Amino acid sequence: MDFMVFQYPMITVQACLDGLLLGILFALIAYGMALQWGVMNIINIAQGDLVILGGYIAYFMYLYGIHPAWGVIVSPIIMYFIGVGIYKLVINKVVDRDLFISILATFGISILFMQLMNFAFGADVVLANSGYGTTMLFDNNVTLPNSKIFSAVISIVFAICLVIYMKKSKLGRAIRATAQNARAAKILGVDTEKVYAATFGINAALCGVAGALISITFTIHPYMGLPYTIRSFMIVIVAGLGNLPGVAMSGMGLGVFEEFADYILGTEFRIGAVFLLLVLILVYRRFKLSRKREYLK
Amino acid sequence: MGKNILLYSAILIFGLVAPFVFPAFKVQLSILCVLIVLATTWNIQGGEMGYNTFGNILFYGLGMYLCASVQVGMFFPLAEWTESGGEKTFVHTPAQFFQGMAVGLVVAAVVPTIVAGLIGYAILGLRGHYFAICTLGLGVAAGEISGGIEIIGAGQGFTTPPFPEVGGLEARGEFFYFLSFGALILTFVAVRAIYSTRFRLILNAIRDNEDKAEAMGIETMKYKIIGWMVSAFFCGLAGGIMGGLVGYIDSTDVAFDGREMGVFMVLMAILGGKGTLWGPVIGATVFHIFKEGFWTFFLGWQYVALGVLIVVIVIYFPEGIMGWLREKYPEKFGEVIDEKDRKAQVELK
Repeated sequence: MDFMVFQYPMITVQACLDGLLLGILFALIAYGMALQWGVMNIINIAQGDLVILGGYIAYFMYLYGIHPAWGVIVSPIIMYFIGVGIYKLVINKVVDRDLFISILATFGISILFMQLMNFAFGADVVLANSGYGTTMLFDNNVTLPNSKIFSAVISIVFAICLVIYMKKSKLGRAIRATAQNARAAKILGVDTEKVYAATFGINAALCGVAGALISITFTIHPYMGLPYTIRSFMIVIVAGLGNLPGVAMSGMGLGVFEEFADYILGTEFRIGAVFLLLVLILVYRRFKLSRKREYLK
Repeated sequence: MGKNILLYSAILIFGLVAPFVFPAFKVQLSILCVLIVLATTWNIQGGEMGYNTFGNILFYGLGMYLCASVQVGMFFPLAEWTESGGEKTFVHTPAQFFQGMAVGLVVAAVVPTIVAGLIGYAILGLRGHYFAICTLGLGVAAGEISGGIEIIGAGQGFTTPPFPEVGGLEARGEFFYFLSFGALILTFVAVRAIYSTRFRLILNAIRDNEDKAEAMGIETMKYKIIGWMVSAFFCGLAGGIMGGLVGYIDSTDVAFDGREMGVFMVLMAILGGKGTLWGPVIGATVFHIFKEGFWTFFLGWQYVALGVLIVVIVIYFPEGIMGWLREKYPEKFGEVIDEKDRKAQVELK
């Protein structure tokens, strides 16, 4: 236990800033999760592994001498096709089935990806060095890597672009129509199969962007996927489906929570704290809902 | 009924002589017994109750740590034991070992049951996928947190007391085999007894329509918690035995191994057929044979094979072996079929 947080206000500022910038990334992943959950009614356990895979694409560009920031462009394009491939191979067979089937099937994909990445890229913790330097704030008491600012800005840009795309484009309208009522959309001539594939591809592309940014700002490791899945799941249930400002807010809230958990409990309990928070949120939600049900009684 | 008695006694006799007939497979057979216990207990939730849990691994890991801790802590300071790691400064006498194991197994079974009862009210109120994800989180959180606790070895793991050198390796294998076989018999008999009562019907009612069951006057929450406690009891017991069998406990790779054991138990029950008594037993056996047979070919690639296996089973074989048999030979399952009707059906196809 370390209570430095309360004695030195600068550490609090540091944790808040780090958490907010990290949270924007989480929100981007959660946005993809909300998209596929809302449209296809699927919870994708492999979400985090798609993120890590996107990160490795940026890392490989870095290894071959290309600046990893270009990964933000390249990674989503590759990930889009991987996402569509996964949809065609597996997801389209579980879309209409029981939710647990989709959870288990994507769990299988997650294990598969985890291990393939372990073979292909090795079990080392890696990061792609962007060389952006660091900004010092408040008399050098707070350090702020420029790559974090870069990643936050890029995430916001991508999120805004996607929102506009969803509103204005033909495919975006088709996706929203399918989310509202798949059957009605089908009757009115929307090719739902294509919409589902595109949705899953867009989700994978978002994961690719987030992964590329994570490989620049933080570190990636083949087995680090599941926590990202859980974080995005948590953000979506706190915010509610289809509530974009909520996703952004709860993403940042989660980021700040994590940074404080890191300082107060110690780094070894960081992931544990995230998973416990998920359990607590779900239990809180359950009691809130049951109270609502009692009113109805 | 007479046929069943024959079958049961054949299995019992096979189980009793197996370690002497196949001495090389003793450890594998013990693991098989543990796997069957886990699949059978998962089936109480996932198959009978319709609550697909990833969280039974919590009780398994808890039982593993508790059994080993009690076994050590009864005679020696636990902190010094885990600190010394593999080097044994303390040695159990045979009497101490067996005494510790006995008490440890009781604790390993009882404490998870109590834990299940305590958290059951909060967790089992969740429905569907919220429940699945919540229990997944619970299992991973337990693994991460136990990996940070110093007294049970933290990240470097916990070596369980070695078997006393009375009979060497052979005696160790036989001891753990009969222990796990005993646990299997106990589990099977208990679950079979439970399934023959009204309790199973209540669980099935919860699975089919929980709100309706509640409206019919069944206190669903009470039965859900009891069902989970039964699972936790046997999962904890299996965990305690497995800890001694493996000889080394690591927080995320052995005890709270959601990626391996936690998925195995789900997969075995689904492979065998959810919601049947024999399904998990058959599923676990087939799965274990497949795993051990092919793991050696896929050495290093086993998780890739596991991932593919999960996807294939879930997508193409969700009814399992028992479901397939039931479709093929409905008469054997006591379903009467009108011959004319069947012919008409076949012609329609």
